[in-house]
Amino acid sequence: MIAQALTRRRERRVLPGFGLSLGVSLTFVSLVLLLPLTSLVGQLSQLSWSQYWFLITDPRLLASYTVTLLAAAVAALFNAVFGLLMAWVLVRYEFPGKRLVDALMDLPFALPTAVAGITLATLYSSNGWIGRLLEPLGISVSYTWIGIALAMAFTSIPFVVRTVQPVLEDLPAEVDEAAMTLGASDGLAFRRVILPYLWPALVTGTGLAFVRSLGEFGAVIFIAGGKPYETEITSLMIFVKLQEYDYAGASAVASIVLATSLALLLAINLWQGRFIKRLHGGRG
Amino acid sequence: MSIRLSQIDKTYGNKGRGSKGRGSKGHGHKDDGRTRALEPIDLDIHDGELIGLLGPSGSGKTTLLRIVAGLEQADGGTIHFGEREVTHVHVRDRRIGFVFQHYALFRHMSVFDNVAFGLTAMPRSQRPSSGEIRTRVMQLLEMVRLQDFAERFPAQLSGGQQQRVSLARALALKPDVLLLDEPFGALDAKVRQELRRWLRHLHEELHFTSLFVTHDQEEALELSDRVVVMSNGRVEQIATPDTLYRQPANRFVFEFLGDVNRLEGDIEDEVLTCGNARVAVPGVEDGRRELLLRPHEIRLDDQPGPRAHLPVSVTAVVPVGAEVRIELEADWLGEPWLATISHADFERLAITRGKRLYAQPSRLHRFDTPRPQTLAPLSIS
Amino acid sequence: MIRIGDAPSVRRLLIGIALTLTALLLLLPLVAIFAQALMSGIDVYWQNLSDTYTLAAIGLTLLVAVITVPVNLIFGVFLAWLVTRFAFPGRRLLQTLIDIPFAVSPVVAGLVYLLLYGRNGWLGGWLDAHDIQIMFAWPGIVLVTVFVTCPFVARELIPLMQAQGSREEEAAVTLGASGWTIFRRVTLPNIRHALLYGVILTNARAVGEFGAVSVVAGAIRGQTNTLPLQVEQLYQDYNTVGAFTSASLLALLALLTLAAKAALEWRAARRETAT
Repeated sequence: MIAQALTRRRERRVLPGFGLSLGVSLTFVSLVLLLPLTSLVGQLSQLSWSQYWFLITDPRLLASYTVTLLAAAVAALFNAVFGLLMAWVLVRYEFPGKRLVDALMDLPFALPTAVAGITLATLYSSNGWIGRLLEPLGISVSYTWIGIALAMAFTSIPFVVRTVQPVLEDLPAEVDEAAMTLGASDGLAFRRVILPYLWPALVTGTGLAFVRSLGEFGAVIFIAGGKPYETEITSLMIFVKLQEYDYAGASAVASIVLATSLALLLAINLWQGRFIKRLHGGRG
Repeated sequence: MSIRLSQIDKTYGNKGRGSKGRGSKGHGHKDDGRTRALEPIDLDIHDGELIGLLGPSGSGKTTLLRIVAGLEQADGGTIHFGEREVTHVHVRDRRIGFVFQHYALFRHMSVFDNVAFGLTAMPRSQRPSSGEIRTRVMQLLEMVRLQDFAERFPAQLSGGQQQRVSLARALALKPDVLLLDEPFGALDAKVRQELRRWLRHLHEELHFTSLFVTHDQEEALELSDRVVVMSNGRVEQIATPDTLYRQPANRFVFEFLGDVNRLEGDIEDEVLTCGNARVAVPGVEDGRRELLLRPHEIRLDDQPGPRAHLPVSVTAVVPVGAEVRIELEADWLGEPWLATISHADFERLAITRGKRLYAQPSRLHRFDTPRPQTLAPLSIS
Repeated sequence: MIRIGDAPSVRRLLIGIALTLTALLLLLPLVAIFAQALMSGIDVYWQNLSDTYTLAAIGLTLLVAVITVPVNLIFGVFLAWLVTRFAFPGRRLLQTLIDIPFAVSPVVAGLVYLLLYGRNGWLGGWLDAHDIQIMFAWPGIVLVTVFVTCPFVARELIPLMQAQGSREEEAAVTLGASGWTIFRRVTLPNIRHALLYGVILTNARAVGEFGAVSVVAGAIRGQTNTLPLQVEQLYQDYNTVGAFTSASLLALLALLTLAAKAALEWRAARRETAT
């Protein structure tokens, strides 16, 4: 049916290269993306429902879900606030070193996660530069969920900043001015006028940061320490099962992680689509 | 509420936030590389007056309006609203209503919430009850004839409707002064005409003091009680539309307010000669001079008249409404002339393209004297 | 011009918080990497760098990048051309599909490749019979890296090519240009900055990928250790200085990536103001 549709439309195509680019893209997507993912389905199909259920509800695993979700949520919320602040400061104010700070925002994407992982672990260990200062206060970051959240927050910093920044840049001065001529204070104008403009970008960025944090591995494992029932994240559980050659167990857990991420990604896209439609004249 | 500006001026530096603002386009350049946006300006606006700020882009009119609003800071001078000095009062405390060229409605709020915004943004102690807010907003929406659109979002309205919402929003706080920045600039001609008439009507009814910016002469002349003509950061003339048209203070005002034809030639014994063209110019000294005249100050005939011998040929004929616009050319003319004549004359002379005629100026204007002069040509002796 | 949040007190407070957090969260870790690497002096640093295993890891990492970047560059360009220049059923689906690697945990990415090519996998038996080693060897590392980095180039190109539209290319067609000529002379000049940026990002991620690679590498020292794996192994062996020495190389590359990005953006911004 698709092939039919394709031939039907062919005469309307002006530009060359449709067949070639379709061929290359489909081959690549099938071989690199889809084929490996089907192998996961294949592995899982060898399990019965009860086996599957047993594997994914292992208490140690359940504890890892909790710690991963909690830490990722904290990291995403931190980044929502921090990202909004950074986007605002970088767009609205001039200060020395601004371009350097702007460039630094991308560091977590450019820096390999393993490097971030060992660095954070070293900084926050009890004799590290920061850990040493926190220890007398009774705060330990290493080997706790706080450390996990910190590592997750670090690796997902750019998401919120980089989604909010362009929207804030494009916000016309009239929006500020209209709010001020109507007597609104700074706080009120930000909350009721500017924030709603940024809202779609902020939610999208925070959502992406959350998804990324759920799957984060390299940055987290060093600072987490991997104490069963306490600081084991779900990605680490997959890794541990693989090292024990428990492919079925690893696949079962992976299917949960994969489904969650894809569902979240889909939800973000759908939500974004609906929101944008409303602002551009769709019925409220 | 009257508005009194005295010695308001503004210069944009090379650096600083102002230079990025949109008020910085054009303007006169100062020697040190800074841009003079406004020469010191004095302006008195009476209570209830509707004043148009007219000028080409870069004339400083928008900057002046934004200074009155408090959206820009003047470098010097004072602003009074009535007896209250507001020079250093923040825009949010000035009690002004501002209407933006592109409406600047809050797109995530319904029409109702947009209009109610100013009222709901008031400190809790002064804020009217939600019932009072609802009544007031519905009154305003009725006034702008949008009561049925309260629950719509801005994107669902036409440009003209959005601008009406924007006006209702600006009026919700009963401002002392209403300021409008090119309010109809983004709308198409027909809607613009309609809104203009409606604003005039509203102004007569509510009697607020208002100041609006426009680059459209017709709009300024039609709407304003008085017009402030600006160019290069200077006020060229402040006058009623009638005075402005009949007694322009200088050449800029004359040229900016309508189409202009130029006539340049050598004057000897009160007769201007240019190639084979001659016209009587009583009272003008000898020498090379330039005189100006409006399209409706040209009469056309198939004979040279007693006071002027100006042979021309017709290059284009455009009937527009009550008059016919004729484009004229001649060897002695640097650039073509435009004449507007009545349909009766048009038919009497049987004008077609290529027809040779004689132009007869009913009036000529000169601006090279300290005060502009208007002369009516007499017979050539 | 007066805008919200312009009051000096607000401005100073917000800038202050922003700079403090940036210093603490981003600058300090960066400084720490180099401080730790050079902790025992520059001689030890050089010694660590010239270690056989480290050199082998550098070599393998370069190999992975050299294969991955061109593959994804070509794929990204074809995909972007396809989805921005033609309308066809399933276009949105295709665009969503290539985002999968962004959403999937790298460990899961490694796992699915292991399931496919590993000894017990679908293709494992056939590969074994023909004595082809993919898992726990460099081809496996390349494969997962291609998977993990495949969205970058396409992601940079698609929004740009969508915004530019296809008018210029259509004009070229009416002038009789061939497909390759159109791409090279009309499309490429318009997208070369985005393309370069996509390549830089692909490269950064290809060099730095850890989670997926650690699943399929098997970590045989000197044979299947990429730099990030080497970092991990040294760190687990309590060789902190050694770990941070390798890490400092990766951090240096990250800094180069940031500088290249900033330079590209700066040039783009300058071009915009010039026109």
